[in-house]
Amino acid sequence: MSLYYVQKLLYQLNRDPHTRSRYETDIDSLLTDYDLDEEESAAIRRPDIGLLYVMGVNGQLLMHYAALHGFEWDEYIGAMRAALKEHGSVRAGLYGSVDSESKF
Amino acid sequence: MPLVFAGVVSHGPGITGRYERADKELREALYENFYRLGAELKEARPDVLIVVAAEHFANFFMDNMPAYAMGMAEYYEGPIEDEQWLGIKRRKIPGNAQLSGLIVEKLLQRFDLAYSQEWQFDHGIMVPLNFLTPDYDVPIIPVNINCQGPPLTPLARAYDFGRELGRICAALPERIAIVGTGGISHWPATPDSGKINESWDREFLEHWLSNDRAALTAYSDEETYLAAGQGGFEIRTFIAVSGATEGCTGELYFYAPIPIFAVGCTVARVKLTL
Ligand SMILES: [Fe+2]
Repeated sequence: MSLYYVQKLLYQLNRDPHTRSRYETDIDSLLTDYDLDEEESAAIRRPDIGLLYVMGVNGQLLMHYAALHGFEWDEYIGAMRAALKEHGSVRAGLYGSVDSESKF
Repeated sequence: MPLVFAGVVSHGPGITGRYERADKELREALYENFYRLGAELKEARPDVLIVVAAEHFANFFMDNMPAYAMGMAEYYEGPIEDEQWLGIKRRKIPGNAQLSGLIVEKLLQRFDLAYSQEWQFDHGIMVPLNFLTPDYDVPIIPVNINCQGPPLTPLARAYDFGRELGRICAALPERIAIVGTGGISHWPATPDSGKINESWDREFLEHWLSNDRAALTAYSDEETYLAAGQGGFEIRTFIAVSGATEGCTGELYFYAPIPIFAVGCTVARVKLTL
């Protein structure tokens, strides 16, 4: 579980044209630069926007990844809502902190 | 000289990117007030506009996250987001590296802030500028307060940061304006996007309009998160403007929850008596 690196990949993808072109042409080599487990790699490749949300990816990063894959706004919101039903509540990160001990 | 202008505005990407989906009357009233604030800003003839923003993992990430950062570049670029998605064309925005450097140097006497000579503005700055300085003819000095990745700077510290910034500006010969841009309550880019806690917002705005430092800085982050969502953390930008204009009250030009913009849309000005 390496939420930090999932988010780092999306952060760099959003801001760096070079990362974006590697993403388009050679995603295998790009993904090896980040410490990702199998579920994370698979969710990024699909992409499974809803599952990425449940894993704890921040919406400020995720909405751009969804847009990159052509998700309209309502589709993006819908994907997260559907994943919450399918997988249960957010597992980690800020949104996962509500029920657990304070992360603040 | 003392600050020549101060205000606060909201900044959600939907305000420009999904404008056609909002209630037309509300949207137009919001835009009108944005432009009104922009016209008043222009009347104040600022040499430079300090934008206190809370960007969203565009330049600042958890690998090296400053609590406070100030831009120190000749120019900036933005938006970093897709132009069509945001509805704002990419461009260069003038800065003022020399003045930035001077302010950073003075701030460092009391605040260990970071500086940045390369900064791509995201919607957090581009949406306000799109309305306030649509010709991009006022040099910008961006400030970022980390409101995204906890741990976050304490609210009292944000107030004091603003106060120090205001003091420094007052001692400089330039005509300096300041605009803060942030929340108030919202759940941006999550399944709860569109949820807005209007009563929480109105209570916060009351504190902001009366520049009540004690009330403004009494919220805990946990409380804010539960009542006002992650977006609520961005009250730090409003609070910094309060610090910069300590002793001055404000006037609310516009507030309305606009769900498709994912925020209680706010435009307010400080009545400067500095
Ligand atoms: Fe924001």
